[in-house]
Amino acid sequence: MNAERITEKLNILADAAKYDVSCASSGSKRKNENKGLGNASNGICHSYTEDGRCVSLLKILLTNHCIFDCAYCVSRKNNDIKRAAFTVQEVVDLTINFYRRNYIEGLFLSSGIFKDADYTMERLVRVAKKLRTEGNFNGYIHLKSIPGASDELMREAGLYADRLSINLEMPTEAGLKLLAPEKNRQDMINPMNFLKNEIILRTEEKKFFKKAPLFAPAGQSTQVIIGATPESDQQVLQSASYFYKNFNLKRVYYSGYVPVLADKRLPALNTSVPMVRENRLYQADWLMRFYGFHVNEIVNTQNPLLDLDIDPKLSWAIRNMQAFPIDINKADVQMILRVPGIGLLSAQKIVSARKFAKLSWEQLKKIGVALNRARYFIICKSNEFERRDLTGNNIKQFILAESQSKYIKNTQTQLNLF
Amino acid sequence: MYTLVYDGTFEGLLTAVFEIYDRKLFHVKLIKGEWRSSAMFEEVLQVITDERRATRVLKGLRKKLSAAGIQRLYIAHMAEMDNEENAIVGFIRYVFDTDVNIEEDYGNKYVMRLSEILKMVRREKHRMEAFIRFRKLKDGIYYAAVEPDFNVLPLLIRHFKNRYTDQKWIIYDIKRRYGIHYDLHDTQYITLDFSEVNKSSEVENIFTDDEQVYQQLWKSYFTNVNIVARKNTKLHLRHIPKRYWRHLTEKI
Ligand code: SF4
Repeated sequence: MNAERITEKLNILADAAKYDVSCASSGSKRKNENKGLGNASNGICHSYTEDGRCVSLLKILLTNHCIFDCAYCVSRKNNDIKRAAFTVQEVVDLTINFYRRNYIEGLFLSSGIFKDADYTMERLVRVAKKLRTEGNFNGYIHLKSIPGASDELMREAGLYADRLSINLEMPTEAGLKLLAPEKNRQDMINPMNFLKNEIILRTEEKKFFKKAPLFAPAGQSTQVIIGATPESDQQVLQSASYFYKNFNLKRVYYSGYVPVLADKRLPALNTSVPMVRENRLYQADWLMRFYGFHVNEIVNTQNPLLDLDIDPKLSWAIRNMQAFPIDINKADVQMILRVPGIGLLSAQKIVSARKFAKLSWEQLKKIGVALNRARYFIICKSNEFERRDLTGNNIKQFILAESQSKYIKNTQTQLNLF
Repeated sequence: MYTLVYDGTFEGLLTAVFEIYDRKLFHVKLIKGEWRSSAMFEEVLQVITDERRATRVLKGLRKKLSAAGIQRLYIAHMAEMDNEENAIVGFIRYVFDTDVNIEEDYGNKYVMRLSEILKMVRREKHRMEAFIRFRKLKDGIYYAAVEPDFNVLPLLIRHFKNRYTDQKWIIYDIKRRYGIHYDLHDTQYITLDFSEVNKSSEVENIFTDDEQVYQQLWKSYFTNVNIVARKNTKLHLRHIPKRYWRHLTEKI
């Protein structure tokens, strides 16, 4: 092994892959077979970057050579950067050796487009195949499918990978046309559709033949870039909801645009990354997937933008004061889940615990309810009721003031220390 | 108020519960430690671990708790968190003093405390699964040193055995001076004598030639995936508290 050359390639090709935010390694159910190496079912984050994101997979590009010129992408053809390409074997060795040392859960492999879609996709598939068949590797593999790849290659990819994804890149077709004129929405949707159907088919098959091979057991996901084009949160979330429903996607990732290139069509280089917005989008996405919210309840024509000051559940609650207060000791779990400050786990605990005795404020707090928010929306065993005659707006102000003063207190004690 | 001193084993703890009921002691404090008789502390009692008594208590618990409930109790004790015996004993007494299964009565302070303890233990276990870094020794064994806050090594065996079936490995708890060794078939508990390898030249020599290369590659990977424009030190530290850094290849 030529350590120096590999290091240089790794530096270039990890650097170019880092803007892709998808990283989860969960959702698969691949077991360790034939005394091989690894398994994929845990979704462990092995480290965290200094920007606070988790590192769970070796996330690299096979190459950053690309025939396309998408405006938002560092690997674009007309960007003057160092280029590199891994060989299939190099990626296999890196993955296995990192995995054996418990650095990673597996591989996330993406690529610039070498020559055409199939030529590139074929190499990605070859890496996965080699890992599985020669390396006896059962760790997680996520392949980024190349838009326009043929059904045959997609099928093969599904046999070796745990998850497949195609990036939608822009939330709307118009946005895509603006920044990646060579790309075509339909080229993304076709393979997605093919995979969806294939996954359904294979799942059926598995019911009858226990020995049928796994096929993309962690399903498919996608990523959209936020803030490079002027779409509203309503447009972003509606598009996400559409893809969840129609393509059975497991996850939609929202990637706040990091300005890396000067281009008239893009936000200026000194624009800051929309991190709060990105965070609010993830919260809204959770509400849709786990809390039973319909996308229109979160964003709609009257409220096309997520509130940046408060989380979307609180925001929904103060727009819907007529639904509250609810009695924690009686309400059904769906409604408890809608209370700001109550998460999935605490909701479950509340429903279990109240079978024994009615719950009080003190107990709710112990269970993990964030009372600073929840107390305006619930009643429990004690008679005190915090809402009085507050309007939604009052409540928002109170909650903000409280977290504000907490913040100030924190900074003050910090100052005192130095 | 009586103080009971026991030997720190789960059987010892169960024996203590037996004594509490047998002697009808109501205000008690349980501590682990060595028995020192002292005229000054008349109300200190030594618990002599007794397997038969422990088994009786366990049998009683089985009648009133699910298998998972017993498991949780065992894990909570085994993790050896300081001064949590009283929460565990309180929980057991609540189990015996109530007619129905109380495992999910989160309104009760002992049930709540037990679930908090378990949460901490699980988090530590999970962190070990994430933060263990193996180094390959010349003889082919992958070696990792750890210093977990709680005693979670026994809880890690299944995970690592399922994952690394085709490589030999050792995970060593430096703080508690014991480790687990997997030899491609089974795992055993071991202790190591480090006095021989303490000279730094020796330490370098025990790793395979490419070990250093992969460590370097991992470090540069770690540096290169960071997005400077998104720097968030507070979040970073919350995920990887500093006390874990000395064993993390990418942080050394
Ligand atoms: S096709 Fe992919 S790699 Fe190539 S410029 Fe567009 S986004 Fe970048």
